[in-house]
Amino acid sequence: MAVAAETIITAIHGDRVSLLRVLGPAHVWALGVGIVLVGEFTGWNFSADKGGALAALIVCWVVGLLYTSVAMIDSEVTSTVAAAGGQYAQAKHIVGPLMAFNVALFLVFAYTMLEVSDAILLGDTIVAKAGVEGLTHNSFIAATIVVLAWLNYRGVLMTLNVNFVITAIAYVSIVILFFSVSPWTQGAVLKLNELVTPGNALPYGWIGVIAAFQFGIWYYLGIEGTTQAAEEVRSPARSLPYGTMAGMITLLIAAAMTWYVCASLMPWEYLGITYYPLWDAGKLTGSPLLENLLFIATLLAALASANGCINDAARAWFSLGRDRYLPTWFSAVHPKYRTPYRSILFLLPIALAFAFIADLNQAITFSILSGVLQYTFMSINIMMFRKKWPLGTIRRGYTHPFHPLPAIVLFCLCVVTFFAIFLGFGSQLIAMTIFYFLISLWFHFYRYRYVRRGDQFTMPWPKPQGY
Amino acid sequence: MWMALSYACWGISVVLALWMLYDWFKIDTTYSEEMLTSSREGELEAVSEKHRV
Repeated sequence: MAVAAETIITAIHGDRVSLLRVLGPAHVWALGVGIVLVGEFTGWNFSADKGGALAALIVCWVVGLLYTSVAMIDSEVTSTVAAAGGQYAQAKHIVGPLMAFNVALFLVFAYTMLEVSDAILLGDTIVAKAGVEGLTHNSFIAATIVVLAWLNYRGVLMTLNVNFVITAIAYVSIVILFFSVSPWTQGAVLKLNELVTPGNALPYGWIGVIAAFQFGIWYYLGIEGTTQAAEEVRSPARSLPYGTMAGMITLLIAAAMTWYVCASLMPWEYLGITYYPLWDAGKLTGSPLLENLLFIATLLAALASANGCINDAARAWFSLGRDRYLPTWFSAVHPKYRTPYRSILFLLPIALAFAFIADLNQAITFSILSGVLQYTFMSINIMMFRKKWPLGTIRRGYTHPFHPLPAIVLFCLCVVTFFAIFLGFGSQLIAMTIFYFLISLWFHFYRYRYVRRGDQFTMPWPKPQGY
Repeated sequence: MWMALSYACWGISVVLALWMLYDWFKIDTTYSEEMLTSSREGELEAVSEKHRV
């Protein structure tokens, strides 16, 4: 079957080499949930430090609303603009080249910095478990990044098959932990009513809840990465909405279970500063089996996330090269493995360099900032998409309900999140804004002259309304 | 055991990095640049989907 499929695709393209269409909805789920699930194992809990345990729960649901809007909007646009690059290709067709260039950079930064954070987390977790003097995390970081880059280099099907298996194991471990602590009874193992009381639920009041948004993002950061697989799924119009929405439902359940177990086992003062909330929860149950299971699940979640991030960052970079926004050299496809191999190799040393020199908090903040910039764009993008191509003018694989409510909700929540980030990391926010402004000037006044303007718009759509 | 694992990680990283560099060199010297960079966005959609509503 695989040989037959390859023959057909080659026949269509003649001498051309393109990415291989071999993925299904399960791979889309594995890509999206794989990138995100590490956020349950570390990251979300820092929101408890900002505003207490109840704030962590409030942002779990409110940020869940933000990402549900992201998933719905993304599913509609991507089921129509089915191209590698995801939101980059959307921006190019709907807003314009300068926006597209910026969105591609948001994507590359968000995923590369997330990959760096995952590798650091994995290295630190192993070092913490080993407790051996002289053991550093560098070798584990290098192995994580290089082995996963090799896997991505060798083909997308195996990459996402691996991601499906390790993501499923990590997810099941959360479910096992949840049912092992008798969640239906309080007092036996869980002590939520003692740990979260009216006196300490919101220690910093509602401003603490706002501040908690910054880390509440971690419950779901990266689910929009499913769109990067658009050019490699067999049926984009069906697989992408199905995989993305199924992924979002999965994550909402995982986030709720994670908060409930962790907030019922640890005081918010500790929950807000630990790097391993679920692993610690496993330890606190007193079961060595659960402790080891959650240790392994933490490693697998970090691996799955880094794996998906390499996949997505490389596709975004590859798309920039294909449209000449960057040198076309980056748009090469491996003739045997059908992967954007030069983009994968180019980003590999960059990720290694950041992993060795950057600190985890800085890497996470750059990833979150780039992600939120991208979500802000998406709220504007869907409004323009519906205005330029109203329902009925082009075929959509999925049409999201209640438009424009999700776009408005998304935009408002992005504004709140920017404010929360400004409270915690104002200087980084300003530095990144200046960086994107300067790189936009470079693109507009220098690089855009190399772009073949007619070639970049590839979708067989009618003219937009008003043009 | 952990130190041995750490050395093994360095070893695996070096071997796989060298393999990728070798394969990159082999592919770039075997195939033409035009062929390697011949992928076009949306090509399959243009063939298989006409966007008739």
